[in-house]
Order: sequence, then structure tokens, then C-alpha cells
Amino acid sequence: MIIDNELITYLEELSRLKLDEEEKEKAKESLSKIIGYIDVLSKLDTENEKEMSHTFEFSNVFREDVLKTSYKSEEILKNAPDKKDGCFKVPKTVE
Amino acid sequence: MYIDSMTAIEQGKLIKKGEISAVELTKHYLDNIKKNDKNINAYITVTEEKALKKAEEVQKLIDSNSIDSPIAGVPMAIKDNIMTKDIYTTCASKMLEGFNPIYNSTVYDKLENSGAIILGKLNMDEFAMGGSTETSFFGPVRNPWDIERVSGGSSGGSAAAVSSMEAAYTLGSDTGGSIRQPCSFCGVSGIKPTYGSVSRYGLVAFASSLDQIGPIGKDIKDCAEILSIISGHDKKDSTSINMPKFDFSDCFENDNIKGMKIGIPINYLSKGIDDDVKNCILNSADIFKKLGAQIFEFEMPDTDYAVAAYYIVACAEASSNLSRYDGIKYGYRSNKGEGLIDVFYNSRSEGFGMEVKRRIMLGSFVLSSGYYEAYYKKGLKTRAVIKNSFDSAFEKYDAILSPIAPTAAFKIGENIKDPLKMYLGDIYTVSVNLAGIPAASIPCGFTKDNLPVGVQIIGPTLSEKKIIKICSAFQNNTDFHKRTCSIKEEK
Repeated sequence: MIIDNELITYLEELSRLKLDEEEKEKAKESLSKIIGYIDVLSKLDTENEKEMSHTFEFSNVFREDVLKTSYKSEEILKNAPDKKDGCFKVPKTVE
Repeated sequence: MYIDSMTAIEQGKLIKKGEISAVELTKHYLDNIKKNDKNINAYITVTEEKALKKAEEVQKLIDSNSIDSPIAGVPMAIKDNIMTKDIYTTCASKMLEGFNPIYNSTVYDKLENSGAIILGKLNMDEFAMGGSTETSFFGPVRNPWDIERVSGGSSGGSAAAVSSMEAAYTLGSDTGGSIRQPCSFCGVSGIKPTYGSVSRYGLVAFASSLDQIGPIGKDIKDCAEILSIISGHDKKDSTSINMPKFDFSDCFENDNIKGMKIGIPINYLSKGIDDDVKNCILNSADIFKKLGAQIFEFEMPDTDYAVAAYYIVACAEASSNLSRYDGIKYGYRSNKGEGLIDVFYNSRSEGFGMEVKRRIMLGSFVLSSGYYEAYYKKGLKTRAVIKNSFDSAFEKYDAILSPIAPTAAFKIGENIKDPLKMYLGDIYTVSVNLAGIPAASIPCGFTKDNLPVGVQIIGPTLSEKKIIKICSAFQNNTDFHKRTCSIKEEK
């Protein structure tokens, strides 16, 4: 499979990443090789297999909906790159 | 010093007898870190003050008989993707440089309650993505046996710290071999437990259906003790198995493995494996035979597809998990650009290294419309095929003996430019994660260049007791795990 500039641009968009020219070349070359390798799977017959996302069955874990305290907002904001008046601060989002 | 040749459990006994204090032992390890880590780079953060303070506290508990744990007062360290309250947790990424967690992982809570002294946080591949610790933002971890070589990865710091006497034992995490392979490269023991047996609460997610925390130590007995402490159900992890913690107390008194059936997938040894490594593996099979186990050669089908399926599943989950790094709530924020979308793009592009970017993009690719069926769904179906192969093997054998990596530790810089070659180095380990089963890595020999080689013992779901018994029988009759290296300074 050939990874062209168009596909790289699409993947950058999906991944919220912007690669510089050197990274783009690296990504094109390595992703072509890796996806080329992954294509060995087409030789394996999986017609009757179920998709396995986990190796054993999980059930939903529920708890009673009771009111309890959580972390203080100062604690949660401790690692925020920017904050103001007890909130996360972000650049202007609406014109 | 004589302490350096002792296991964590032996050191714990020494403290209990009053022959050394927790503070003295902690100072000893801090000295070792000062002496060795400039050459090894196993630590990202050293918590000297916290460690000494904690050691004093734990010593008081020991003196007043208020703590009953074989590892009380013994210093350890934790991989830097496991949350430790008020101790930087960076995942070896610029993205989380200076990130200070506000809560503890369950595993660290449990160890603290057992009197563990934390020395610091250990270097790793960025977000655990890599097999050599060369993708770390803080530089590669050097192998204590030869500092021009890699320590393996992604838990390279965790394995190197034990082999360079910079911690009595450590925690690592294993998504596709990240505990077992560095253990093999650094000549130490480690266990990747059954998926769900150890809580992942507070482990920074890479591939949630594959990630598992596990112990690394000087021998399997230390690993068993630590695994028993950190295991068991946790209501904070919805994928945690409803089980009590492991009890390995009867694995060591009676480690008779006579009559046990051990299978060797002979196709693992037929191509692409270094001769020295192959000989070490065959030699360990002979040792098991002498100990009374029955050895069977068999073909493990469909393993050629494991690496491909693994990189589909792991990268798909990673691309989703790593979408949380947006430069808003925590982590690195770029100061370039105008609006919110620019903050996302620029923070992620400047904060992540190339290997992380590659895997996020590969994950986005296999999940994107048009490719989802052909790649992601195919990967999940292949995962089922691989699980079935293990299930059929374990109908015949108690355990599987296999190599861990095709080579011993390679030179720094040798493979990093060829990601596919690096990925193919995971061929013997990734299928274990896809199947969710446990496996141990223990030292089993050395190459001609005196580099350690490990052997992998794989068992069915929740067969940890059996695996530990097998490894214990091996270590009681060999001394590979007791050999130590002397760190040579860089020329």
C-alpha cells in the first residue's frame, strides 16, 4: 500500500498532529513499510472468527448514585497550563 | 557491598533482625544511584528527601511491630507511567514534563501500605512505546552489562535499576513485552501477570486491553512477593478480575516439577533468531528435563500474524487513549497559534516524539472509515485466532517455554531508525498480551559477548502459581540470576 501526501494529511487531521517536512517523509516511509507488513494478515482465514476486543467477558460495573465529595478544584487545576478564577483558561473559541 | 548481592526479601529480613535500618539501607541505594546512574540513566526523578523521611517512618513501624510485611523498609522504584501522588510522573514525554499527580495508583498505595520506600521514578520509552528506551524524552537507558547497548524497553529503567543495584526491586508495565524483554536484556527476573489480576488504576493508558503492571526483581521469589502484594480486585478498575490477591507461599517449599509437561514452540527457534540466544533456550530446556519435566516440541500455529495483529490493536487503542493530551487540562501547551484548534495541533505536535506520533497515526489509519474492516476488525479476529492457539496448546502442556527476543541487547542507535525492524523484535512477546495470559522472564544464560539472555515461561490464564513454581525450580538449580555486572565507565 502506498502512503501518499494526501493520506498523510488526512491522518494528521484525524490525529490532530502537524508534521514538519522531515517528519512527513519519515512517516510516509515507515507507515508504508509497516502497513505493507501488516498486510500479511490477508493470508489468514478469519471468516468464522469473532472479533475479540478483550480476552474475557466483562460486565458493566455499577455503583449506587450517592453524593460524595471528590477532589477540590484547586487540586484538579494544579497541573493546568493556564487557569483563571477556578477554571481552565483556553484561547478564544467563538468570534 | 554485601547488600548488593541480597534479594529484597533477604534485605527485609536483615531489617527485621535489626542488622541494618531502613534509613541505612535507603542511604546505601541513594549512594548507588549517585555512583551508577550518570552512566545508566535509569531514573527520571530521584526522591531523596521523601525516601529518607519515609524510611524513618517505616523504621518506627518496624520497631513497634506495627507492620507485618517481608519487604518493609526495602527501597524500590516505579516506572514513570504509574501515578505517584506529589511525585512527577512524566511517561518520559515532553507532553507530561513536570506533571504532578494528585492521586496514587492502586499498586503504589498497596506497596506503601507494605512499607515500601520509593527512591524515584524510572526512565522508559515515551508513553511505553518502544523496545529500547531510546524514544524517551530524557535520553536512552544504558545497559549495565555494556553501556554502549540498550537496556531494552519499554520498562528499560525498571530492569536496569535492578541490575545496577539502584533499587532492590521495581515496577514496570507490559503491553507487548515491555517487562519481559528488558529483563532479558539486563539479566533480571520479571512477571507480566494475567490481564485483570493487577489493578491498572493510575497506570497511564497506552493500550487498555493489553496493558498490565508487573514486578521486576533479582529473582522470581522477590517478583512473587511483590506480585502478591499488588494483585487482587480493585473497584476502581472495571477490567479488574474479582479475585483475592495471589498467595504464592506454597510455591517455594515444594518446587518439584517432576512430570510437568513443558512445550517448546519449535517454529520460534527455526528462523530469525540469534544462535547464542537459541542455544541458551535449548540449554534451559535441558535443565528442565534434568529437573524431571517432560519437554515436548510442537508447532505454534499462526504466530507469524501476532506482530501485525498487535500493532493494529495497540495503535488503535493508543490513538484513542492519547487524544486526551490537548494542552488544556494538564501537560504541555504550545504558545504558538491563535484559536483553540491551534492549541490542540501545536501542543500535540511539539509535545509528542516521532514514535508516539507514528503510532497515533497508524491507529487513526486502522480505525478510519474505509480501512476499519480490512485492518481493525481483521486485527481483532486475528487476536481470537491467537488466543485459540494458546488454548489448544495448554490442553496438552502445563506451560510453554520460549525465547523473549531474537537477540540479546543491541547497540544504542542500531535499530531506532528502522521502526519495522524494532517492531519485529517483539515477535515472541506480543501474542501473550493479545491472549491476556501470564508469562515470566528469567535469566537463562549468556552470549559469547557476556550479555544476559532470558527465557520466557508462559502459562494459561491465572496460572501464575505454576509459572512461579517452574521458575523457582530453575533458579534453585542454576546461578544465572545471581551473576552480577560491573558497570564500565564510558571511554
